[in-house]
Amino acid sequence: MWVNYQKIGEILKMKNYNLVKNAIGRLVPTEINGKSYVPYMGVGKYRPTGRKYAPLISTCADYPSDGNKLIPSLKEALIKSGLRNGITISTHHHFRNGDLIAQQIFDIAYELGIKDLVWFPSASFECHSTLIKYLEDGTINHIEGSMNGALGRFATEGKMKGIGVLRSHGGRYQAVQDGDVHIDIAVIAAPTADSFGNATGDRGPAACGLLGFALADSQYADKVLVVTDNLVPFPCIPWQIHGNNVDYVIKLDQIGIPEKIVSGTTEITKSSDRLLLAEMTAQFCEEAGIVHDGFSFQAGAGGTALSIGTYFAEMCKDKSIKARFARGGSNKYLVKMLEDGLTDYILDGQTFDLEGVRSMRENSGHINTSPFTSYNYHGKGNFSSMLDVVILGATEVDVNFNANVVTHSDGYLLHGIGGWQNCLFSKCTILPIPLFRDRIPVVKDEVTTICGPGELIDVIVTERGIAINPLRTDLLEKLKNTTLPIKTIQQLKDEGEKICGIPAKPKHTDEVIAIIKWVDGTVIDTVWKIEK
Amino acid sequence: MNKIASAGNKGKGVRSDCFISIEILNDSGIEIQLESKVKALYGDSIIKLAKEVLSNFNITNAKVIIEDFGALPLVIAARIEATIIQLIDTDKEFLTPFLEENKYKTTKDRNRISRLYLPGNTPSLMINAGIHKPNGIILDLEDAVAPAKKAEARFLVRNVLRSLNFYGAERMVRINQIPNGLEDLDYIIPHNVNLILIPKVESANQILQVENKINEIQKKKGNIYPVWYMPIIESSLGVLKSLEIAQSSKNIVAMAIGLEDYTADLGTKRTMEATESFFARCQVVNACKATGIQAIDSVFSDVANMEGLKQNVLKSKSLGFDGMGCIHPRQIKVIHENFAPDADEIAKAKKIVNAFLEANEKGLGVVSLGTKMIDPPVVKRAQKLIDMAINVGKLSKNWRDIENEKL
Repeated sequence: MWVNYQKIGEILKMKNYNLVKNAIGRLVPTEINGKSYVPYMGVGKYRPTGRKYAPLISTCADYPSDGNKLIPSLKEALIKSGLRNGITISTHHHFRNGDLIAQQIFDIAYELGIKDLVWFPSASFECHSTLIKYLEDGTINHIEGSMNGALGRFATEGKMKGIGVLRSHGGRYQAVQDGDVHIDIAVIAAPTADSFGNATGDRGPAACGLLGFALADSQYADKVLVVTDNLVPFPCIPWQIHGNNVDYVIKLDQIGIPEKIVSGTTEITKSSDRLLLAEMTAQFCEEAGIVHDGFSFQAGAGGTALSIGTYFAEMCKDKSIKARFARGGSNKYLVKMLEDGLTDYILDGQTFDLEGVRSMRENSGHINTSPFTSYNYHGKGNFSSMLDVVILGATEVDVNFNANVVTHSDGYLLHGIGGWQNCLFSKCTILPIPLFRDRIPVVKDEVTTICGPGELIDVIVTERGIAINPLRTDLLEKLKNTTLPIKTIQQLKDEGEKICGIPAKPKHTDEVIAIIKWVDGTVIDTVWKIEK
Repeated sequence: MNKIASAGNKGKGVRSDCFISIEILNDSGIEIQLESKVKALYGDSIIKLAKEVLSNFNITNAKVIIEDFGALPLVIAARIEATIIQLIDTDKEFLTPFLEENKYKTTKDRNRISRLYLPGNTPSLMINAGIHKPNGIILDLEDAVAPAKKAEARFLVRNVLRSLNFYGAERMVRINQIPNGLEDLDYIIPHNVNLILIPKVESANQILQVENKINEIQKKKGNIYPVWYMPIIESSLGVLKSLEIAQSSKNIVAMAIGLEDYTADLGTKRTMEATESFFARCQVVNACKATGIQAIDSVFSDVANMEGLKQNVLKSKSLGFDGMGCIHPRQIKVIHENFAPDADEIAKAKKIVNAFLEANEKGLGVVSLGTKMIDPPVVKRAQKLIDMAINVGKLSKNWRDIENEKL
């Protein structure tokens, strides 16, 4: 279906980068930010050997025996942790658009005249666009994480000093575990913690559910800081983060803005077009035999995906069956399924609303998971490949079923990868997407940026037709008598272009502004600078 | 000072549309300024289209400003043309491609259970209307278009009739009240509109004026497809004259009632119980049944209240109505499901149709079910009920094969 990985020797010298064509036919750099990178080799092809990365050995003699690791200020803690030029600092997106910590860290770094930091967030949000000034003045060299909105525009226009690296949630865990990324200081914002550093996200004024994205950082970073606005006497129960991994604890007045923590796309869509997509997807799953007793599913946080979840719940009720587990992104709809006995478990990866937080606290069937258990590709298996079906979004799909989730069709960075790449390993990956957005066709000859290889993407559901990947002859057979409009991906592409017109290929420069990592740490594609 | 004209929509929330302003100049050629969120992908093609439209009207010197919000070519062309005709005298038009898929005709007795109103000057609501599978779509030039936008809406509706696919829905246009609405006909009759809704009808003469104008246009343009009419009764006078109106033309296939205006005319309020319009609805239904046309109920305006809509549909069906209007795609499914025959009705109709087909296969002239003889009109009604059940998805198209397989 695509170019084989034959030409690893074919090195194209462009600008300062060594660019090679990887196994999916994309030009990728082999060295950026002074580090070398392995080009994508195909699904399951790259098998690194050697041992996992290990943090430094600590000794209890260096820590207070009364367990009190409180430090009066974040600034003091950062200085004690060795804040200096060129180091990597990590934060997490449990507070989503209500995060107040990243800003404070870089304000302190700026005040101290520190330069060339690498920010390694598990994701960035619109609230972080205030950090642009630190990217401009060199306090921050580059971001290894998602870059959306204003940050995405800034990076795509080539204004970031270093080159961005985008990873999936599982890829982030893999990178830390394998030592691809060395975290000097991890700052974990915790809604509740004790002075020893035990911390939880399921309670406190800034409750956000779980703290799974910080797990790798707490295990592997040189220095681990816990910042909380709700300090409780030892022990903090439950301890989602182990105090035994924590160096310092800092108490602040406020660490996040609660109403923005649980914001986002957490309501069922009211758009009749999207409801139709959800309904078609649910009908597809039913006819494909996916919705059976004991099945498992994961649906993203978008309005369409949430609606599909509620259709699944209705089907379970009608057929008197239940799911064994639903992975998420938990929210009030999933919680209702759990409480109505329509699923045995929620295996929660991040909590999207307060109902989710409450359920996690109260319900023993609501389990918190991490990128290690759910997504990490360099482990002895993970949960995502066990899922019967996942429902994901995409900005573009091409005629080979390759999909893009990070850039807009004009080449600008738009979204992070999230758990998207990791979920592609499920038994059936379905992307319900409109055939075009405003005038922009979604099915193309080639996607702007490949984030997921087509061999892992099984079904594209659009309002004007459903394309099944030809590799999935089993699904084609099951759906052969359906009333659903099954078409080829090429037909969908033609139909979209007939309505919208054939789009021009947007121009980009040959300057690399970011790379897209595959789940195994290899480089699957490149994001190029756009001249404004 | 040169004359400047404009057309289209802009501002917060505007999608799939554009705003055009044109200033005709004496020399210096064509200058086009384009702002568009899809510029990287469609900038060149938008400018090419703009030049084509200008050149069609022999405009060689002008300053054109295009503010585009992801409009399809048919929309951009309509907006530019609507701007140009304010600046020059011309009898030319710029027609976008007539899709082969849009050249279909409809029959007099087809299902008209649901028909979706689409404001005639709002492209974003039109583009996906067909995918929700209403029996009909109504491009509304009347109440849903502000007076200042009536002229430009005609160009948009004309281009939409030619170039946008509604996937088999009956293509309807609601024209303005007669006599103003007569002018609308020039823009729609040559472009295969299937049905014209005529608002606020109070006399047979109004229908005749429409019929004459349509005949005139069809003669000139050589249009062979039928154009059906659906008068809307919206006043007490209209209600009282409804039989005369229904009988006024053989091209009338249905008659609708519009309760917002009717209740205003009565000097009362529209309520959920709808006692105030009970007489009017019965009168209209009876006028329709007496004339052999379909009776269509008013729209239900609370788009969030699906249970209220359902109750409304059941009441409407029980009064003898054959369908109703919708103002949101979400209403279509509820209307179809509840106007459609229920399981008992379908089961009975299946038995009758089976008996008829078996009698035919055996070469028998008389159809009987058990000990009862079945008259042809009963078979016909059963067949229609089956068709409707298939149409709304309550029965498989191959229901007979499927049932035979099971045996």
